Amino acid sequence: MNIKYTRMDRMILTLNNIFLFLAVLVVLVPLVYVVLASFMDPTVLLNKGISFNLSDWSLKGYKLILGNDAMLKGFINSVLYSVGFAVVTVVVSLFAAYPLSVNGFVGKNLFMTMFIITMFFSGGLIPTYLLVKDLGMLNTIWAIILPGAINVWNIILARTYFKGIPYELHEAAKVDGASDLLIFFKIVLPLSKPIIFVLAMYAFVGQWNSYFDAMIYLDDPNLHPLQLVLRSILIQNSTDPGMISDQLAMAELKKLSEMIKYSSIVISSLPLIVMYPFFQKYFEKGVMVGSLK
Amino acid sequence: MQELLKAEAGKDAALPVQEEKRVTKLSKKLRYIRENYFLYLLIAPAIILTIVFKYIPMYGAIIAFKDFSTIKGILGSEWVGFENFTKFLTSPNFGTIFMSTLKLSLYGLILGFPIPIILALMLNQVRRAAIKKNVQLVLYAPNFISVVVIVGMLFIFLSPTGPINQVVTIMTGEPIGFLSDPDYFRSIYILSGIWQAAGWSSIIYVAALANVDPELHNAATLDGANIIQRMIHIDLPTLKPLMAVTFILGAGGIMAIGFEKAYLMQTSMNLPTSEILPTYVYKVGLQAGDYAYSAAVGLFNSVINVIMLVVVNYIVKKLNEGEGLY
Repeated sequence: MNIKYTRMDRMILTLNNIFLFLAVLVVLVPLVYVVLASFMDPTVLLNKGISFNLSDWSLKGYKLILGNDAMLKGFINSVLYSVGFAVVTVVVSLFAAYPLSVNGFVGKNLFMTMFIITMFFSGGLIPTYLLVKDLGMLNTIWAIILPGAINVWNIILARTYFKGIPYELHEAAKVDGASDLLIFFKIVLPLSKPIIFVLAMYAFVGQWNSYFDAMIYLDDPNLHPLQLVLRSILIQNSTDPGMISDQLAMAELKKLSEMIKYSSIVISSLPLIVMYPFFQKYFEKGVMVGSLK
Repeated sequence: MQELLKAEAGKDAALPVQEEKRVTKLSKKLRYIRENYFLYLLIAPAIILTIVFKYIPMYGAIIAFKDFSTIKGILGSEWVGFENFTKFLTSPNFGTIFMSTLKLSLYGLILGFPIPIILALMLNQVRRAAIKKNVQLVLYAPNFISVVVIVGMLFIFLSPTGPINQVVTIMTGEPIGFLSDPDYFRSIYILSGIWQAAGWSSIIYVAALANVDPELHNAATLDGANIIQRMIHIDLPTLKPLMAVTFILGAGGIMAIGFEKAYLMQTSMNLPTSEILPTYVYKVGLQAGDYAYSAAVGLFNSVINVIMLVVVNYIVKKLNEGEGLY
């Protein structure tokens, strides 16, 4: 802190801070708007916009969303898919990464080449779809979990991490007569909790936020994850008629469907919003380890 | 072959001393595999999944050269050479879709590339750690919002009766058709992309800047350099290698632009600019069931990607004193 700022520098710094503040506003305003709007009475929102008078607030949107079957099912499905996907992809990546981190592992180059080629070439959407179809995995959870379970990036991340574990630990265990199996499960994995955590979080969030695989592989609405339910509410504008009782007038229906949009955004993002401040630094670390390669 | 048999034979009994001398590379390898079979068990699931879900579809891509029918299967269908490709390249849609794809990603790259760097340079000037951390917390957050929610928010904000058009209506008397007018599609797509990703993309730059030796800055300050001058002569050169890699990867992905967001943002009216190769592949292939034709379009797209990556890497290498991606 021994740098002395000239007047010019202080001016630049002030401008710098103003710009950053503006950037923060640009990011925050839409998000805060959605959260506030989700608590507004629809009539008030339409006529006055956001109001801070508590009597204009209402929980109608949330009541409708929480009482909705499709939404609830979607939520449960999403939890299932995201947890399942995270478990499979993390286990497969860790298992694959360990041999690749062992010195003198015969076949290392062959396997690495095999993995890396898939980062640059792919069969494409149609051949993959036909394969999943031929395997009889359409409309099953496996279509969501298995095709994307191999993530070469994850394998490289885990391998880099394993390589950072002091080799003396392996040596010592070997001298004591420990097998590869014992070394992997009793020494390497317990030391790798941070990377396991990072990989699991990435996989969970990625799956939670995706809709594409579910859209092409799952026809059955009962299997749809939250993002597909959201898509029909937010983008296809098809509010489930059951959500709003029939006696309501069309205008009321339109207002309520606007309400539901806001509250469904908030509800669906809730798990991530709650997790985010705690885990931000882990996510950041994931990016860092990856860029070191 | 003989060695192989010997190695096999040696599996159960320990090798006699005179045989040990003749142990070849191959049998050494086999012995390694036998002794460390556990390592191969560990890597097996990943290998199997890769072969099944990555390599078999690569093989399956040959349907692009066939008159594919689901009944005859991949092998049984007849070869038609480049017919599917010619059909696409000569179709009236080709020019529009190709240019839409190229423009959308090219503009996205050009506009999106500098902003994370600028953000990182600015964040680097924030002296108070607590403030810096909180600003980062906010700027990184949109990265975790799903594409469905992002597009949903765009639809809410930009709809004819949405908050932005309420202001527009007050000022000009009539709302702007942001979502229906094809002229707005690219701007909305790219700006919302920057809004979502710029903060997160700045992480690697911020980290690189944190490693700059403070003595460099002190020395420059003593020589009378101001903050801007130090950014240009100290910070930017530090970031140059990272910038090169990011740019090459970005350019290599130019035609690999994401399907998910463009598809959600499509309305029947903005198709002239919003129909891009990946959405076209999806519609022709999975919605209309023309698998072979659609696979050909997809393959065409991948080939362009690889060419792009190689060309851009070559150019950046020339400009960047031999430092490229590979």
